[in-house]
Amino acid sequence: MNKTPLAYVASVFVLVAAVLVGVTVGSVRIPLQVLWNPDLDEASANILWNIRMPRVVLAGLVGASLAMAGAAFQGLLKNPLADPYTLGVSSGASVGAVMTLFFGISIPFLGLFTLPILSMVGAFLTMLLVMGFAKLIDRSMKMETIILTGIIFSSFLGSLISLMIALTGEELRQIIGWLLGSVSMRGWPYVTMALPFMIFGSVVLWLNRRELNALVYGEERAQHLGVDVKRRKMLILTGGSILTGAAVSVSGTIGFVGLVVPHMTRMLWGADHRHVLPLSFINGATLLIICDLVSRTVISPSELPIGVITAFIGAPVFAFIFWKQRRKVSA
Amino acid sequence: MIKVEGLTGGYHEVPVLKNVSFQVAKGEMLGILGPNGSGKSTLLKVMSGVLPLKAGTVELENKAIKMYTSKELARHMAVLPQLHANAFSHTVRETVSLGRYPHQSGFFSSWSDQDEKAIQDAMQLTGVKVYENKYLDELSGGEQQRVFVAQALAQQAKVILLDEPTNHLDIAHQKQLLDTIKMQATENGLTIISVFHDINLASLYCDRLLLMENGAVKIIDEPHAVLKQKQIESVYKARVSSYPHPEQPKPQITLLPDLGHSQKNSVITKEHFSISDDCVVLQTKMPLKTISSAVVNAGSGWFRTFVNRHVPADYACNDSTNEMYNYLEMKGFPTSDTVGMMTAVQTKDVVIEEYHGTFGSILIAVTAGVGNAVDVSKAFERDQKPYVGTINTWIIVNGQLSDEAFIQAMITATEAKTKALQSEDVRDPITNTVATGTSTDSLLVAASQKGELHPYAGPITELGKYIGRGVFECTTLAIKRYKVAKGM
Repeated sequence: MNKTPLAYVASVFVLVAAVLVGVTVGSVRIPLQVLWNPDLDEASANILWNIRMPRVVLAGLVGASLAMAGAAFQGLLKNPLADPYTLGVSSGASVGAVMTLFFGISIPFLGLFTLPILSMVGAFLTMLLVMGFAKLIDRSMKMETIILTGIIFSSFLGSLISLMIALTGEELRQIIGWLLGSVSMRGWPYVTMALPFMIFGSVVLWLNRRELNALVYGEERAQHLGVDVKRRKMLILTGGSILTGAAVSVSGTIGFVGLVVPHMTRMLWGADHRHVLPLSFINGATLLIICDLVSRTVISPSELPIGVITAFIGAPVFAFIFWKQRRKVSA
Repeated sequence: MIKVEGLTGGYHEVPVLKNVSFQVAKGEMLGILGPNGSGKSTLLKVMSGVLPLKAGTVELENKAIKMYTSKELARHMAVLPQLHANAFSHTVRETVSLGRYPHQSGFFSSWSDQDEKAIQDAMQLTGVKVYENKYLDELSGGEQQRVFVAQALAQQAKVILLDEPTNHLDIAHQKQLLDTIKMQATENGLTIISVFHDINLASLYCDRLLLMENGAVKIIDEPHAVLKQKQIESVYKARVSSYPHPEQPKPQITLLPDLGHSQKNSVITKEHFSISDDCVVLQTKMPLKTISSAVVNAGSGWFRTFVNRHVPADYACNDSTNEMYNYLEMKGFPTSDTVGMMTAVQTKDVVIEEYHGTFGSILIAVTAGVGNAVDVSKAFERDQKPYVGTINTWIIVNGQLSDEAFIQAMITATEAKTKALQSEDVRDPITNTVATGTSTDSLLVAASQKGELHPYAGPITELGKYIGRGVFECTTLAIKRYKVAKGM
């Protein structure tokens, strides 16, 4: 009858399995025992702890953040097609990050955190602009309007990024690789850079799980149910932007994770945000760890950008949800 | 409970609401009426705090709603929205549980026994408990609306605001929903304020009605004072007529359509009557507005077929109405369109006359059997045995009668009948005094409702004069024929 505990047990189990496979499988196969017995093979232990583990952890954190942000945006906008990528929020975060690199901005006191913070600011401002513009066109904020607005903004922001890259010449070419989305060769510093923001953003969203349940019925209805809509909306937008900005600043734009994971989670375990948020977090981590694993093993020894894998899964799912929703409307 | 004072506000620069003031007491059900765009929904939105107010106050339990926090307000006031779709699928239980949101607080808000009881009671009361674990989009519109009622009830607020709660529901679901809501007011003392599109539903269920016009209060009073024909016509800009509800002491309103006058003014004449051995029949092309004390389809209504059936003198039946239905059916008369009477008199003895005045014409048809004549002033002296003998009187008017005219026509006809009995010296066999009628007389007044309007039909009017004379003459002749037939 009550399948909620099962959902958590199953999700955590799959995540642990994905982590174990993720750290052992690769160009060099590492025996699992090294994990708890580093003396067994020092070279393998070195690869595991300094290369594989940070990569897997980072993939997990990025996936978790994007999925949870996606789930929150979908609830807030009553739109199952919303996700940081389709809304253009990821592009906004990229612009913030690229600008930091382009102008060599380093804000005192923030130091290493300048990049993720400007990334988050970019994400937040884009989110406000997309919502404001969509509302200007169509007061009822229909699903299609929001997605179209997201496309307009991400195209525009994408061209801004291209412009900056074209103006910089050789040395920032690396940005392009980063933009395509990757969690490789980042190491522990990136994990420590993004982790505090990801924890903070997740907690903010989790504290609004019940409000999100009310907001899927619309802002007016949520207010009738006692939700302080203005404040809660700002909190959810901030939390989602922090997660997106933090994820983008360490891995570039990786699309569709925030769309696919919450959708699957709802299909399997129901639409209650009290569980959709944490379960999306766990399953998002799993999905991106697996996608990363595939991206670095499928054409080994070369690597595919991880965004290619997520888009390969994500675009058909997007098409499927769109089709299903349109049918629901016409029915 | 709720006090609204000098409310001005709305969406734009030009305020939709203009100086709206009223109060609602605990346990009262108030209906808000008004044409489209009169500010009904805006008023509800301002009262629930969704829209800001420019001037005035809304007080809930002597405290301005601005002073409540969102959650506090939701604990005092629940709002039932109009049906709308949701992009995600929630179960009924999840949806109803959302009503407990204002009662929950804290980091790890726990689900208390009180929360559980509240949603169980709400689901029980609205009859959605059986769907508890179903998804909302698996339910019909009526069932979904009941889930939202359960959600509002789970809030356990003392005041419930509703915006056209019966929209898109069929009449059974409308009744079910409003019965449930009304019960909350009468039994649990909840205060209900609801916007209504349907004037009649509002009248039936509400204690008082607030009629809005252009954002202002036109009147707030009991239904009988609000649903006045002229008032509704001027506010809604549509022709209406009001009539009493058949069961509840509440007025109802009905539309008067403007269909033009293309229909032919067909005049009813003697030719429309046909007489056979077992019945006298009048069939008309256009339905006649009829009021009668017939066996089948008595009372008022619109009918095209009128049957006066001859039955044997020893006719006895426990359920004569049903027997008469079967007879009409067998004869091929549409029972829903036919007024049926009975008489023991031979159909050949019927008297049918046409009278022409300056207003048009009337027809009188009478069958008279006076074997059972009674002096009504001494009727209490008689026992209750059924007697055979009936005077059936029909008055057909080519013209338009008001409600008063219908009743006056009946009075006039009855007086004329009594006079005919007197002039024929028909006596009550028991008291041996002059009879006033028989104990089972029937009367039918029918009018084409076309042509000249007759506001009155008493003896002071030309119509009344013709009815008096016609009924007297026809009844006298009918009694004479009866006497001949009986060999008296």
